[in-house]
Amino acid sequence: MIPELGHFALIVALLLALTQAILPLYGAQRGNLTLMAVARPAAQGQFVFVALAFGCLAYSFLTNDFSVLNVAKNSFSQLPEVYRFTATWGSHEGSMLLWVLILGFWSTAVSVFSRHLPEDMVARVIGVMGLISVGFLAFLLTTSNPFERLLPAAVDGNDMNPLLQDWGMIIHPPMLYMGYVGFAVAFAFAIAALLSGKMDVAWARWSRPWTTVAWAFLTLGIMLGAWWAYRELGWGGWWFWDPTENASFMPWLAGTALIHSLAVTEKRGAFKAWTVLLALIAFSLSLLGTFLVRSGVLSSVHAFATDPARGAFILGFLAVIIGGSLVLYAWRAPKMITGSGFTWFSRESLLLANNVILVAALGSVLLGTLYPLLMDAMGLGKISVGPPYFNSVFVPVMAPALFLMGIGPLARWKEASLPDVVTRLKWALGVALAVGLLLPLTLGGFKPWASLGFFLAAWIALSVLAGLVDRLKHGQGSLMNKLSTLPRGFWGMQLAHFGMAVGVAGIAVVANFQTERDVRMDVNSYAELAGYTFTFRGTTEHEGPNYRASRGTLEVSQNGKQVATLHPEKRTYNASGMAMTEADIHPNIYRDIYVAMGERLNDQSGAWTVRLFYKPFINWLWFGAVFMMVGGFLAASDKRYRIALRRSEAPKNIALQGA
Amino acid sequence: MKNRHKKLALIVLVVAAIGIAAALVLNAFNSNLVFFFSPTQVANGEAPTSRAFRIGGLVEQGSLKRQANGLTATFVVTDTAKSIPVTYTGILPDLFKEGKGVVAEGRIGSDGVFRATQVLAKHDENYMPPEAASALEQAQKAQKTLVE
Repeated sequence: MIPELGHFALIVALLLALTQAILPLYGAQRGNLTLMAVARPAAQGQFVFVALAFGCLAYSFLTNDFSVLNVAKNSFSQLPEVYRFTATWGSHEGSMLLWVLILGFWSTAVSVFSRHLPEDMVARVIGVMGLISVGFLAFLLTTSNPFERLLPAAVDGNDMNPLLQDWGMIIHPPMLYMGYVGFAVAFAFAIAALLSGKMDVAWARWSRPWTTVAWAFLTLGIMLGAWWAYRELGWGGWWFWDPTENASFMPWLAGTALIHSLAVTEKRGAFKAWTVLLALIAFSLSLLGTFLVRSGVLSSVHAFATDPARGAFILGFLAVIIGGSLVLYAWRAPKMITGSGFTWFSRESLLLANNVILVAALGSVLLGTLYPLLMDAMGLGKISVGPPYFNSVFVPVMAPALFLMGIGPLARWKEASLPDVVTRLKWALGVALAVGLLLPLTLGGFKPWASLGFFLAAWIALSVLAGLVDRLKHGQGSLMNKLSTLPRGFWGMQLAHFGMAVGVAGIAVVANFQTERDVRMDVNSYAELAGYTFTFRGTTEHEGPNYRASRGTLEVSQNGKQVATLHPEKRTYNASGMAMTEADIHPNIYRDIYVAMGERLNDQSGAWTVRLFYKPFINWLWFGAVFMMVGGFLAASDKRYRIALRRSEAPKNIALQGA
Repeated sequence: MKNRHKKLALIVLVVAAIGIAAALVLNAFNSNLVFFFSPTQVANGEAPTSRAFRIGGLVEQGSLKRQANGLTATFVVTDTAKSIPVTYTGILPDLFKEGKGVVAEGRIGSDGVFRATQVLAKHDENYMPPEAASALEQAQKAQKTLVE
């Protein structure tokens, strides 16, 4: 009964989404306030019904209702309760439902926090989001019904993929989708602006906080994915340039370009057409990411779902959304009026360079991701483009952007003085160069890429400091007073940039100075790595809720002092019989010690192959991403957006504020 | 700066960035594309001897052997028509099993042994790597035409 209720709720949601799309868009075009007023209640109603459907599916999972095909395929009676709940979005159908749920959440958020926007703008934004929702709900109902019954019911389920039974995977998909779908808001604002023909500065101010929040969620989502891969795949790697990773990274690159370009549009009225195009691209790449991962075109670790009918639907949907929005863009964009001019050295020109580089980097990732697929589709043979390609292209392309990141925030709008910036940053440059040259020597030898990484990290961090000092020199009152009057937008930017510095430092260390060993370990034998001694104390059999495990004991010591006792496991899951390596990690701020079990070699001696890793500074990556995310939230909460909302009723004020 | 100059500067900047990116991409593409060959193609000498490539197929039953250090494994990859011996030093992925699909990346030696630098982990019990599946398919097609 409950699954049927969920199915029915989805159908009602589709009808509400159609209402939400058609009436407000038509009303906005006709200037009919009654029709426009439908937008908010329709969006909120749709969200309620999608949430009801989601609740029904979660209920089926929690109560082990194996008469539902989706539950039988992806859950198991012995699965711990928390994973039974997360299995709700572990499957293809469930993850699509989560997508729509999050879209409903964003639509409702727009409907609540848009009280002071013009009615026709709200109607168009919510209408466009309704259109997207129609597509996804139709997709769910026609090709991926999560409530399909299985008759007769299965006795027990097939279990969730053991790799997903990890709490990194509990929050990774929702956060990633918050980012993907959040770009739908930026997309809807861009389409609304194109439809209305009103491409003013106010538009950029409205869509900016939404875009920044979406970007912050996406940053966290990608970081959680990398963190999960690091801990759960047992290979100690955190980024493989796997197509599914690239699928989430491409919208992030476009989104990063977008939040910078929006800054120029909001503050200076320039780059309008470009900003709109980036908003379209960022969401198109989010859809492409969904398509790549969910249609089964990839042969990769994450691509669990395989069904050509679904692929055809998503591809068609993709063509309609991307093609339609680009046609609208081509029609309307030439009418946009460009804002005031700027010189070759100004904050605008530096942000332009940032955008050009980010888009070039995006292009290189897109090529490396899609080229093998195209070759395969055209029957030109199977090839793979591995990490060496991405590393040798991406790093040199991005390095100049990171360098400019140190200068941009200190340069003035419109016209900056190069000698002035040099005066303010020369000490930072000197210190950063020294750090880049000397730090690798203390870590075990000079390496050019490590030097570059340290230089850039130090350069960005010091320029953040220089920017802060610069702001504190001006203004009146005590130091505390000045600190507290700095806007949150400023703090957010500086924190996000600082997070980038921390992340770059982490990558530079771990990529250049990590060490690893695959060793055979007999009971009570020891192995050494990076100054640590690992003593193997054998394995014991261990019973988990839905698996059996051989649990190893390794004592780790340094200079005769005990550091940690680690218990990596080799698990065999009861339902699928699938083997899985569960690594154990001893973390601290400077390094991780990471141990994973290989195979039992000989039953008499109890010897195993064991993989040992020393991962210096790996945790700086996660810290860096968290700083970036917090910076994004901080910037989006800047009070000037709330003031701007109130003033938007009198648009002429905003035009005056531009300078 | 005048509008015209600004546009010119913009175009120069974009062209330069695209040029640099294109040069890097082509260079990296040339040296880092990894092609796939089936065991039959390798046996026929179609695979390059000077660069790394991928092979795929099934791990032949009873072919997995380990050396005393426990880290070097030898096994045979087959597409049911031809077989290629493979050696690999390191820990094999969790789902590596005799009779199951496998993809390995490495170089072929003059002795005809494929020295794998990487054995790919595929994370589903019933999942056949597409490369391995296509190798099997091609071998079956070839056998059919021979019979006919």
